[in-house]
Amino acid sequence: MTSLASSSTVLTPTWAPIRGARRLWDRLLGPLALVATLLGLVVLVVLLIDVFRDGWPRLSWQFLTSFPSRKPEEAGILSALVGSLWLISLTALFAFPLGVGAAIYLEEYAPRSRFTEFIEVNIANLAGVPSIIYGLLGLEVFVRFLFPITNGRTILSGALTMTLLVLPMIIIATREALRAVPDSLRQAGLAMGATRWQVVRDLILPQALPGALTGTILALSRAIGETAPLITIGALTYIAYLPPFSLEGLRTPFTVLPIQIFNWVSRPQAGFHQAAAAGIIVLLVVLLSMNAGAIYLRNRFQRRTV
Amino acid sequence: MKTRHAFDMALQALQDDVLVLGDQVARALTVAVESLKNRDFEMAHAIIAEDKAIDALRYKIEGDALMLIATQQPMAGDMRSIAAALIIANELERIGDYAKGIARINLKIGAQPLLKPLVDIPRMAEIARWMIQHALQSFVHRDLTLAYEVIAKDEEVDALYDQVYSEVLTKLFSDVSKLEQGNLLVMAAHHLERAADRATNICERVIYCVTGQLLDTGNEDDVA
Amino acid sequence: MTSFPRISLRTESPSSALATETAPAIQVRHLQVWYGTKQALKDVTLDVPRGQITAFIGPSGCGKSTLLRSFNRMNDLIPGARVEGEVLIEGQNIYAADVDPVAVRRHVGMVFQKPNPFPKSIYENVAWGARINGYKGKMDDLVEAALRDAALWDEVKDKLNESGLSLSGGQQQRLCIARAIAIKPEIILMDEPCSALDPIATLKIEDLMRDLRERYTIVIVTHNMQQAARVSDYTAFFTVTPDRVGYLEEFGKTHQIFTNPRSKITEDYITGRFG
Repeated sequence: MTSLASSSTVLTPTWAPIRGARRLWDRLLGPLALVATLLGLVVLVVLLIDVFRDGWPRLSWQFLTSFPSRKPEEAGILSALVGSLWLISLTALFAFPLGVGAAIYLEEYAPRSRFTEFIEVNIANLAGVPSIIYGLLGLEVFVRFLFPITNGRTILSGALTMTLLVLPMIIIATREALRAVPDSLRQAGLAMGATRWQVVRDLILPQALPGALTGTILALSRAIGETAPLITIGALTYIAYLPPFSLEGLRTPFTVLPIQIFNWVSRPQAGFHQAAAAGIIVLLVVLLSMNAGAIYLRNRFQRRTV
Repeated sequence: MKTRHAFDMALQALQDDVLVLGDQVARALTVAVESLKNRDFEMAHAIIAEDKAIDALRYKIEGDALMLIATQQPMAGDMRSIAAALIIANELERIGDYAKGIARINLKIGAQPLLKPLVDIPRMAEIARWMIQHALQSFVHRDLTLAYEVIAKDEEVDALYDQVYSEVLTKLFSDVSKLEQGNLLVMAAHHLERAADRATNICERVIYCVTGQLLDTGNEDDVA
Repeated sequence: MTSFPRISLRTESPSSALATETAPAIQVRHLQVWYGTKQALKDVTLDVPRGQITAFIGPSGCGKSTLLRSFNRMNDLIPGARVEGEVLIEGQNIYAADVDPVAVRRHVGMVFQKPNPFPKSIYENVAWGARINGYKGKMDDLVEAALRDAALWDEVKDKLNESGLSLSGGQQQRLCIARAIAIKPEIILMDEPCSALDPIATLKIEDLMRDLRERYTIVIVTHNMQQAARVSDYTAFFTVTPDRVGYLEEFGKTHQIFTNPRSKITEDYITGRFG
């Protein structure tokens, strides 16, 4: 350090190079972080390559349009695919309005009180509850107690159970999206003599919708891979027909992709293992399509409101 | 350090300049009349030359005041102080011109003997000097009472002017050849009367500074 | 604009204190405001003259913004805010039990410190307020009139469908003024409207305020004393007690406050010798 008592009146700074441990960590951290990233990626890529090697040859139009069978060569994934798609659509239909509505109430209307704080804490907890517990709940309430409405182990029960599963995630995502809307917007709207609902409907929701949608679709992509709760409420593994696309069809038994895949993997024949690999590819495609859809929707809404 | 320390220093400097100008002017007035009474022509020339310095100081005060107004956005009391300083400087400069005028009159009368020994005119000058100096003092101390006292003194000067006027006129009736000198002497007395009026103007500004009221103390502009 | 429904501030229309030409627009009577346990404003009594621009000045924390927000009940939005005393607008106490705050805000518009146009088109920004308040007439005319009154029409008439956020800061603030006057309030409140703007935009808004005067009563909170002196007809100076409670120190015509204030505290603040 140059002494201030020196004769020169100008302080000359010393731009000495950084040495020692500080330098070492600076040099090291970038590459270390890269390795961490690559590790996860590499494992994932290895798994994918393995699946694709097995399943790709098995993938065909016949595979997609046939029902499961005792013969591996003839087994198809149609009922499981349709079941999954229908289940997720229904879940979305039930969960989205409920979740967004709850989030709006909690964020915009509810006064700060012990009660609302209590609810907040518990919603976060619910998001972390193991999904099989939802399955048990669904079994008792939807399959047994509400039998007259749901007709037991049916798509309707499945959708209601999955709704409960994804609801906490949707509420949290929507609340985050609502919170991200600057308060100045609310103030501006209210100062114009608008009611709270008018402000929410016309100003806040359009801004929060991209975030809410993204959160919803991400929650649904998680749900599409859920197996335990559906097994619990009794999704069958051998469905060789398509449920009719009607209100009555909701009250019929069903199966989903993960369950079908699990079923094939448990069989001894190698043919079924190949079919399972092909099924995994189908599941991945559905998942990626949903996520792509989420991104597309979000971008479209963002462009519209800016 | 109080807020606006630099501004306060600048205000103080402005006021000090006004006081310096006042001193110069009061002295010029006194010396001009002295030199008239004692027929001192060298002194008269000096007064005339010194008027330049008086003008220069007045312009400096004006420049400083305008700069303060432009850069400091003075409000309320500060604004009234600066406005007062500006106008007082102007009044003082005019008094300086009167001093120069008297010096010129001295030179113009020249070697002629005076109509009569000067008594009233020096008396007027003395009072005018007192008024100028006390007007400035009331400005410095923001002293309303003193300001009103100075304003009251103006009556004396006006009375003395009337006296000079009638005396000179009487003298001229008996000796018409001294017409020009008589005229010049009356002009000198008039200058002094105006100087006293200017001093009361200064007091009006002081009153404005303190109370925010613009007062017309009703001094007549002209020769009675 | 007969097609514009005007909501009465009370559920039954009163006949008290009919608004005459010279009656004050806002009468504040012994107003006190608390945020939780902390008192923000102490015993304010004040008449805001109609059709004039009144400025609120004072140091930080003296309650001038609090008082401003109490004129359109925006303080209600702050949890723990409590109000005692009366604020009479057009003779009616807006804090009476049967008064709907939403109706109050229809009559008292507000422009905020940081311009906050809606994330909608310029057209929608102006039209939305009118629409949600039940306007049934020709919207195009309303939007154009409001934008003209806000001195913004010429600059945006060719891009009404572009987003309000694409405008410059000064233009955004004028857009906020346009949307406020589109619903024809009696009073416009401005909370430091120029503090986020550059000097030229500021002067444009000041010119705009002068144009809006007479048709509207304007109350402006500002930290900029020169602006208060330039723009307002009346000025109220607020300050804090030693235990940091805001109160009204002096109120009068702007000319008098800035050339010859009655109170020494006012003079010290105005000449910058506070503390």
